[in-house]
Amino acid sequence: MSSDTIVRLPDQATARIPKDNYLTRENGILSWLLTSDHKRIAILYLASITFFFFIGGALAGLIRLELLTPQSDLMATDTYNKVFTMHGVIMIFFFLVPSVPATLGNFLIPMMIGAKDLALPRINLLSWYLYMAGGLLALYTMAVGGVDTGWTFTTPLSTHYVNTNVLTTGLAVFVAGFSSIFTGLNFVVTIHKMRAPGMTWFRLPLFVWAHYAASILMVLATPVVAISIVLIALERTIGIGVFDPTKGGDPLLFQHLFWFYSHPAVYIMILPGMGVISEVISTFSRKRVFGYTAVAFSSVAIAVFGFFVWAHHMFIMGISNYAVLVFSLLTMLVAVPSAIKIFNWTFTLYKGSITFETPMLYTFGFMGLFTIGGLTGVFLGTSGTDIHLTETYFIVAHFHFVMVGGMLMAFLAGIHFWWPKITGRMYPEKISQLAAVVTFIGFNFTFFPQFILGTLGMPRRYASYPPEFQILNVFSTAGATILGVGYLLPVLYLVWSLKYGAVAGNNPWQATGLEWQTQSPPLTENFVEMPIMDHEAYDYEWLEKQEREKEKEVTSAG
Amino acid sequence: MPDNLVHSADAASSAHDEHPPYLRHHFNSAEQQADASNFAMWLFLLTEVMFFGGLFTAYLIYRNWYFPAFVAGSHQLNVVWGATNTLVLILSSFTMAMGVWCAETRRRKGLVLCLSLTFILGLAFLGIKSVEYREKIEKHHVPGFHYSMQSFLDPQSDPEVYAEYHDKPLTPDMAVHTELYFSLYFLMTGMHALHMIIGIGILGFMILRARAGAYTAGHVTFVENFGLYWHFVDIIWIYLFALLYLISRHA
Repeated sequence: MSSDTIVRLPDQATARIPKDNYLTRENGILSWLLTSDHKRIAILYLASITFFFFIGGALAGLIRLELLTPQSDLMATDTYNKVFTMHGVIMIFFFLVPSVPATLGNFLIPMMIGAKDLALPRINLLSWYLYMAGGLLALYTMAVGGVDTGWTFTTPLSTHYVNTNVLTTGLAVFVAGFSSIFTGLNFVVTIHKMRAPGMTWFRLPLFVWAHYAASILMVLATPVVAISIVLIALERTIGIGVFDPTKGGDPLLFQHLFWFYSHPAVYIMILPGMGVISEVISTFSRKRVFGYTAVAFSSVAIAVFGFFVWAHHMFIMGISNYAVLVFSLLTMLVAVPSAIKIFNWTFTLYKGSITFETPMLYTFGFMGLFTIGGLTGVFLGTSGTDIHLTETYFIVAHFHFVMVGGMLMAFLAGIHFWWPKITGRMYPEKISQLAAVVTFIGFNFTFFPQFILGTLGMPRRYASYPPEFQILNVFSTAGATILGVGYLLPVLYLVWSLKYGAVAGNNPWQATGLEWQTQSPPLTENFVEMPIMDHEAYDYEWLEKQEREKEKEVTSAG
Repeated sequence: MPDNLVHSADAASSAHDEHPPYLRHHFNSAEQQADASNFAMWLFLLTEVMFFGGLFTAYLIYRNWYFPAFVAGSHQLNVVWGATNTLVLILSSFTMAMGVWCAETRRRKGLVLCLSLTFILGLAFLGIKSVEYREKIEKHHVPGFHYSMQSFLDPQSDPEVYAEYHDKPLTPDMAVHTELYFSLYFLMTGMHALHMIIGIGILGFMILRARAGAYTAGHVTFVENFGLYWHFVDIIWIYLFALLYLISRHA
């Protein structure tokens, strides 16, 4: 750790955007659609993910509007079912799962480990096309009438009782699943085989460790949801009977298969976000992440434990008491590595030289909200309280705290943090700080009342509710409006900054990762020559020495 | 330690100078490229294991629950055909392995021959499988509207199977579950056959390319990786053969 507590950010007045970079190397729409450059694919993903986020967000807006009043008056109850189902499907499979890995992970992993590209660049492009095919199919489903099973495709509802578009939605998720499998596979191979000389496992940035753990989950868990969707489709079309009690099948088997993916899937969603947080916290505290090894292994531990807790989604579905006991215990265990991360980030702040740029504000938002989300998860992992709280708004609030308060904050932190690297320009600092604060306030207004609603017993998935719940629902809807503004602002000023933002220079934050030691935006091949890693991760003394030498060169040349 | 690393970086960049034509721009050496794609293939097979794993789980659970139905259902399968198919696939795995060896030792004719044999054996497997499927269709053992429990309610109506196993009639409650057995049978063997069909398609493509001299000029990754896939599909079959055909022989 540097003893110098005064942070000196580089003077950007002399910075220029380099003429040759990955954005200018080739032109034309085909150079984007047929690219195999991981950075361009990341941009394709960023654009499409943002698009789907706003569709899912619009649906969330409709849900909150409907819940403004106790009666179901804005839309028919059937429509409401479809709206919350499509909100879930789009947000989970087309936003949260690919959000950080497919955009930031794609862009940064090769750069962080000192490689020219991912190991399988064409497979990487294929994953984007699969993602788009799945996404467009989901939109098509929505246009022709939607689906109302909930994003969980619960049997026997999805196989026997509804006449909505289960098959096309299932196909959309199936296809998007392969996109996720290929992304994860690509990351694992890349991290194993493409590291630059000297980049040992324990010199990898924690962002890479987190993605490695998430990728393992993508590779191992996603095929299971693929086969369960195949089974749903066959059950629905030709009645194979595996989920049909009249033929001896068991709907509960579907739950097991589905949650065997979908529980690890929440770690697929959150782990990459945790990777972002590690980078941001270290950079803006100018300190090595406290307990690097512990944070690295906690990612792996979350991935491993994550595979053995799926049945906590099924406590009231008729699994045996012993199963409840075991899965409850295992669920508590996941809290340990999550807590290790939170504590270590907090210790990283201790005696650091902290500054409050936008990514750091989002990160603080993440730490607070994720902690609340995580702790309420412990309530839900305890079977006694779970039986009271499950299927109420408590659950809704819990996973929105983790996914929106946690993951989305992390995503925004990451986008702001690496925006100068991706585009070569800075985002406007003041307004983005405002956006971060607005998001935080809006988020708490929206989702905190839902914890109270849940404890009072308001069930989820209904278009109407008893009038005594109205005040808290009005709070929640009002908060959602603020939250909407908070999410719209970044889109506006980030697009603005593409043209008018200040030129960033190579390393505006004085961060230590290899990705910051090259020009921004980077060259198509990332580095002029293959980097050699001769220092530990987050070594700020090394960076300081490096900068001093550069200064010396400039003065002696001048 | 850093000295070593610098040295290895030099080694990598000197390997870069040789530049075999198939080396893609983002790899430092042909070895790294082959390593990476081999590793990717193993990971892909891991996803396949998980994919089939869902089906195997369903099979094992229902077999445990409806043991008599699954035994009676299993007795309907023709072990001779199943064993023949197992031999055919093991043989095809051998010819595939020889194909990989031919590619590595740059024998173009040998490679084309081995791939063609694998191709033919693959088709033979599907042919035998379709004979078996046809038998199931004739006996109305395909799940769905036309499904018939006759063979299980009254085993003597099915003299060939009865002669071999002397099954006792199942109660109607239990006989219903034979449909689940055949659902799983068709699902698992069908999913396996789908993998075979994809494999045979790729084999056809490879034969055409191999005749033009591909794979025998040092760049054998594709053949090796396909070989892994083929062996994997073979192994899945061996499990299916054991679980569907053999396990209930003496039950």
